[in-house]
Amino acid sequence: MTGTTTLAARPPAVGSPPRATVRGPRGRRLLYWTATHAIAIAMAIMFLAPLVFMFLTAVMSANQTLTGALWPSSWHWENFGKALTTDDGVMLRWLLNTLVYAVLATVFMLISSVPVAYALARFRFRGRKTAFVLVITTMMLPPQVTIVPMYIVWARFHLTGTLWPLIIPMLFGDAFSIFLLRQFLVTIPREYADAARVDGCGEVRTMLRVILPMARPAIAAVALFQFFYAWNDYFGPLIYTKPQTWTLAVGLSTFRAAHHVEWNLTMAATLLTVLPVIIVFFLAQRVFIQGVTLTGVKG
Amino acid sequence: MAAVLTAGPATVVATRARRRHRIRVLAFMSPWLIGFSFFFAYPLAATVYFSFFRYNLFQLRPVGLTNYRFLFKDPYAWTAIKNTLWLVVVMVPSRVLFGLGLAQLLAKIKRGGNLLRAIFYLPFLIPPVAATVAFVFVVNPGTGPINGIAAKIGIHLPDWFNDPAWTKPGLTLLALWGIGDVMIILLAALLDVPKTLYEAAAIDGANAWQQFRRITLPTISPVLMFSVVTGVIQTLQYFTQAMVAANASQGNADQAGTTTAPGYPDGASLTFPQTLYNEGFQQFNMGYACVLALVLFAVAMVFTLILLRRFHAFGDDD
Repeated sequence: MTGTTTLAARPPAVGSPPRATVRGPRGRRLLYWTATHAIAIAMAIMFLAPLVFMFLTAVMSANQTLTGALWPSSWHWENFGKALTTDDGVMLRWLLNTLVYAVLATVFMLISSVPVAYALARFRFRGRKTAFVLVITTMMLPPQVTIVPMYIVWARFHLTGTLWPLIIPMLFGDAFSIFLLRQFLVTIPREYADAARVDGCGEVRTMLRVILPMARPAIAAVALFQFFYAWNDYFGPLIYTKPQTWTLAVGLSTFRAAHHVEWNLTMAATLLTVLPVIIVFFLAQRVFIQGVTLTGVKG
Repeated sequence: MAAVLTAGPATVVATRARRRHRIRVLAFMSPWLIGFSFFFAYPLAATVYFSFFRYNLFQLRPVGLTNYRFLFKDPYAWTAIKNTLWLVVVMVPSRVLFGLGLAQLLAKIKRGGNLLRAIFYLPFLIPPVAATVAFVFVVNPGTGPINGIAAKIGIHLPDWFNDPAWTKPGLTLLALWGIGDVMIILLAALLDVPKTLYEAAAIDGANAWQQFRRITLPTISPVLMFSVVTGVIQTLQYFTQAMVAANASQGNADQAGTTTAPGYPDGASLTFPQTLYNEGFQQFNMGYACVLALVLFAVAMVFTLILLRRFHAFGDDD
């Protein structure tokens, strides 16, 4: 918030080079500059408002949340602790389940998807184009399309009710990650791999020692995306888990119903779910933004 | 490759090298080959198979085309199709236009641009369940701060998620809050437009609108197209926000994913994947759920094919 206000206080483009001759009179430029920044700041406030209100509500008393008040009359920081420990600390269990799902899914995805992306980007073989087209197809199609038979299969293996139906498939390549990694790997010049091969490196060693270190930004991006996909996933855990194995997303969706009028606890729980995402985002902002850009812009 | 043509021991070496190459490709590709067969090809075929049966996990009874015929009589399915269509027609274009607007804004701002970009992008990362619960509260007419502030300055905002007429607009607003992905992609596209084009146009006396119309739009149109098509495919699977908004505003769901009336209020939030979920995993009409899955597959496939035509060009780098 402070950042945006300083931005508003900055003097208009006084020091800009006198290219104004091309762009028209200076007065109009000033007006234009002011309008652009005013809209941007208004927008930024609107984007942050729900988060700010979420926080302010989380520290209110339960009664105050029902009054439509904007500012807490007294600050109840203990609400966060209450949200975590309510119902015998059920939220901590959801958190643990979410971490198991997210960490294992991410590790498994990396192990399985990196070699596939490498093969699609580096090797020449018949059917490579077909394979790539199929990767994109499976990436695009809604997960609901194949859910019924998959559920039946996992039920046969007595794995419904656990997180395994969500984790095990990650051992066999994730289409989105393969796609994104492949898009990055094709941009690395072939010469590096060739040089390594001349030095007597095998294909696996070339991949691990030469190419992957260069692909670190892309690997970080897919790992983060996968982690947050699991963290945010609602449909998958809703289908497969039971209350003992619920993740934060599923648990949080029931929180409001379980705590009817205690909006403060619901908001505290919501904020606790959001917080790790916000922290990681600000630590690794560039990774995210490069990753998104990689999916849509090339070609 | 030339070695193949020469006779003698060289040929043996070449075939051996080729076989080693083939094994290597197979080894690297094997996770995906297995994954594709077991987690995509098989369940897709099984979906077709089960669509001709009545199946509740215990009893499997062939019923021919009954499930398909029921689709035309199922009021829930038609409500859901209408709702999903509404979202495709309204939510997708609003997201692309709003994302383009924000991207344009960011492209113009030099200092502080990074911070603004982060602020606009952030809500996209918020877990959908959390974002929806928070949003439902914030715009709640009785207790929510936003509707409260609006009322104070004399604007009467609707009862978003309890009013059937305003539920989908409310969901659209929520989707605009999470504009981050579209905005970043469009911003990258805007920054890729060569500056010299604008300079040349300005010398020729083109105004801002003409520059946008004649230079910006044509240059970024492939990326716009990409955003629209992926937006449509995402909207076809729109599930979480609709479900959570219904549960949170209704406030009486006692089990995850259960609502007393599907699509509260009055069917307004019932999306197509939600009927699939209700039929398959609440009612255990798995055969009929497969029919719904196939409808979803067919529609999503059309848009995937449109997208593939674009990818075609850069899947082929030989």
